[in-house]
Amino acid sequence: MKAFEIVTEAINPQVYADLVLRPEAGAVTLFTGHVREWTKGVRTLYLAYEAYVPMAEKKLAQIGEEIEQRWEGTKVAIAHRIGELQISDIAVVIAVSSPHRKTAYEANEYAIERIKEIVPIWKKEIWEDGEEWIGDQKKKPEGELK
Amino acid sequence: MISLHYFAGLKEQTGVSEEKVDLAGRTVDELWQWAMDKYPDFQTGAARVAVNEEYALPTDVLEAGDVVAFIPPVSGG
Repeated sequence: MKAFEIVTEAINPQVYADLVLRPEAGAVTLFTGHVREWTKGVRTLYLAYEAYVPMAEKKLAQIGEEIEQRWEGTKVAIAHRIGELQISDIAVVIAVSSPHRKTAYEANEYAIERIKEIVPIWKKEIWEDGEEWIGDQKKKPEGELK
Repeated sequence: MISLHYFAGLKEQTGVSEEKVDLAGRTVDELWQWAMDKYPDFQTGAARVAVNEEYALPTDVLEAGDVVAFIPPVSGG
């Protein structure tokens, strides 16, 4: 089990909460992102996720480093699942521990925003009458250039 | 040689996930020109390019052995 990983099996969030728990942590925020059935009135049957795995794991680890530098005393673990996911399955889990709760909440939200900007993972929505690769959810070209 | 990787919608446009190409010495910008000649559906700006798992600049020069990937807009989470 790695602290920053792409997985193909069902995610057990507790594993990642346990990875960040330490005696000095007074708070752990655990975010799970799930497959949603309805998006803007269109019914999704299931999702297919694909990743550029080595780069995605590197970028997840980078997000962890960004957080640990920006919010002192935090520790982060992130996993994203790829392959075919059904409605309500967990696609992503983010665990952040910190001495106090406010930081753990803020840092956790920062992580999901950064995932949507820089981590090479793609989602295809499969509907009753078609399918489409989803991109540009943030409409933000930002990202880091080397 | 350089290995080129395609993902998501771009992979469906190329029909392959990976290919070896002789583009050492070219810049990322020149790689785009090459790709758009070969795959008419490709458009500059429709993807970022990563070299050896880091986002690259248009002026970066490709070297033999590099692993290059076209990264369409991401949609994880």
